[in-house]
Amino acid sequence: MSKATYIEHNGTIRTIEVDDGLSLMEAAVANMIPGIDGDCGGAAACATCHVHVAEEWMDKLPAMEALEQSMLDMAADSDHCSRLACQIKMSTKLDGIIVRTPVGQH
Amino acid sequence: MSTGTVVIVGGGQAAAQTAVSLRQEGYAGSIVLISDEAVPPYQRPPLSKAYLAGQLAPERLFLRPLAFYEQQKIELRLDRRVTRIDVINHQVELGDGECLGFDHLVLATGGRPRALVCPGAEHPRLHYLRNVKDVAAIQSRLKPGAHVALVGGGYIGLEIAAVTRKLELEVTVLEAAPSLLARVTCPQVAGFYQREHEAHGVNIRCGVMVTGIDGDETHPALLTGDHQRIEADFIVAGIGLLPNVELAMTAGIICDNGIVVDEECRTSVPRIYAVGDCTQHPNSVYQTRVRLESVPNAIEQGKTTAAAICGKSKPYRAVPWFWSDQYDIKLQTAGLNRGYDEVVIRGTPESRSFAAYYLQAGRLLAVDAINRPAEFTVAKSWIAEGLRIPAARLADESITVKNLAAAA
Repeated sequence: MSKATYIEHNGTIRTIEVDDGLSLMEAAVANMIPGIDGDCGGAAACATCHVHVAEEWMDKLPAMEALEQSMLDMAADSDHCSRLACQIKMSTKLDGIIVRTPVGQH
Repeated sequence: MSTGTVVIVGGGQAAAQTAVSLRQEGYAGSIVLISDEAVPPYQRPPLSKAYLAGQLAPERLFLRPLAFYEQQKIELRLDRRVTRIDVINHQVELGDGECLGFDHLVLATGGRPRALVCPGAEHPRLHYLRNVKDVAAIQSRLKPGAHVALVGGGYIGLEIAAVTRKLELEVTVLEAAPSLLARVTCPQVAGFYQREHEAHGVNIRCGVMVTGIDGDETHPALLTGDHQRIEADFIVAGIGLLPNVELAMTAGIICDNGIVVDEECRTSVPRIYAVGDCTQHPNSVYQTRVRLESVPNAIEQGKTTAAAICGKSKPYRAVPWFWSDQYDIKLQTAGLNRGYDEVVIRGTPESRSFAAYYLQAGRLLAVDAINRPAEFTVAKSWIAEGLRIPAARLADESITVKNLAAAA
C-alpha cells in the first residue's frame, strides 16, 4: 500500500491508498476520482487518464514508451509533466506521489 | 432528486457507468443493478484480446472491485434476470415472481452474438464470444496445434485469430464478403490486415458462405457454398451482434434496430432510459441515427443518463471511436465512414504505420489510424469540428500532423 494524491482542477484534493502494482488510473477509477475515466482500460489508447505529475516526482517515474509519448504529444493541455495514469504502476518508490487532473477531462 | 430508486437492467459497461455517474452526480436514492451474469460488471474488449490469451486475471477485468459497490451503496443483483417491465405501476418483475419498484429505469441490456443459421448450428463445438463464460469455453479448446475455424472476418474474428495464432493453433478465417472488415473499413486497410494475418500464418478465405456444420461431436466440419469441407477442432463465429430489445419491445417502448432514445438517452416511455450497445440514438456530428457497439458509447451514455435522472442536461454529442489490437498492430478509428466517396492514405501500409482518411465531398468523416495514436487524437478533434483539409495536403507527410489543419 502506498499513498497517491489527486488534485482536481478546482483544487479538490483526494489522497487514497493504492495497492502496489495497480496503476494510478485503476486506483482513480476504483475510488471515483473525477477527471480520470480510463475508457480504454489501460491500453494507452485514449488519453482519458492524462495527468500532470508534480514536478518533483517526474524523475522517479520510468521513462515513457513511444505510444504514451505520442498520445500525450497531441493531448489537450499536455506539458513536460504530462503522463498517462494507466502507465504509472504504483510501488513503494512512488509512495506520496501527487498528480493533477487537467481541466479538459471534467 | 435526493430519494427514490433507480433500477438498472444489465451488467455491462454502460450499466456500471450509469450507477457510478449517478453517485458522482450526487444521487442519494437507491441504485439496484440487475445482471444476468454471475460476476460484477467487467470490461468486454479484453475478452477477445489479453483475457482470451490468459494474460489478464479475472479480477483485473472487473470495472470496479466488489467492495466499491458496497461503499457506494450500489446494490448488485447478480445472476438475476428481469422478465417484464410494468410501465403502468413502475416496476420490474424478476423471474421468480419478485417485483421491484422504480422511479427511474435504465435499460442496459446490451446484445447477443448473431447466431449462425445453418444445418448443424447446434454443434457443441461451435462457440460465440460475448461474455466470460464464452471465453472459458473457448479457452478449454486452446491447445497448440488444434485447428480453429473462425466464421466472420470482422474485428472480433481477427482479434481471436491473432490470439490463437500466438498460442500456436492452426487458424482458418472464413468471410462471406469479398474482403475482410468489409462493413467497417476501406479496401486499403482491409488489405493491410489480410497481409498481416497471412504473414502470421492465418489461412484466410473470403467470399465463402458457410452452409452447414457436419462431422462428429469432437470434430466439426464447416461446409461451404463452394463445396469445401473444412475440418476443425472447434469453430468460433463472430458475425455481428443483435441488440437485446425484447424486454423493451414487450413493454411498448419504441425499438428500431435498438431501443430508440434521444440525445439524453430517454426512451419513448417517461422515466425509462436506455444506454450502451442496445440503443439506437441520434448522432449530432453526422445528423443521423446510429447504434454503436463500443466502450466510449457506453460510458458517455451512462454519464448522460445519470445527469438526466439528476435533473441536469448533458446531451450525448460525441465523435464515435473504437480500437482493435491484433499482434503488435494498434488500430484506432474515429468517426463513422458511412457514405464516404474518397479515401486518402497518409503514410504507407508497408511501414505498418499509416492512416486512412475517409472524406465525403471534401469533408472529413472518419479516420483509421494504424499504429498512429497521436494522429488519431488530432484527427478525432478535426472530425468534431467538421474540418476540411484538401486531399493532397492530407497525404503530404512533409507537413506535420500538428500543422496539417493550420492552413486548411
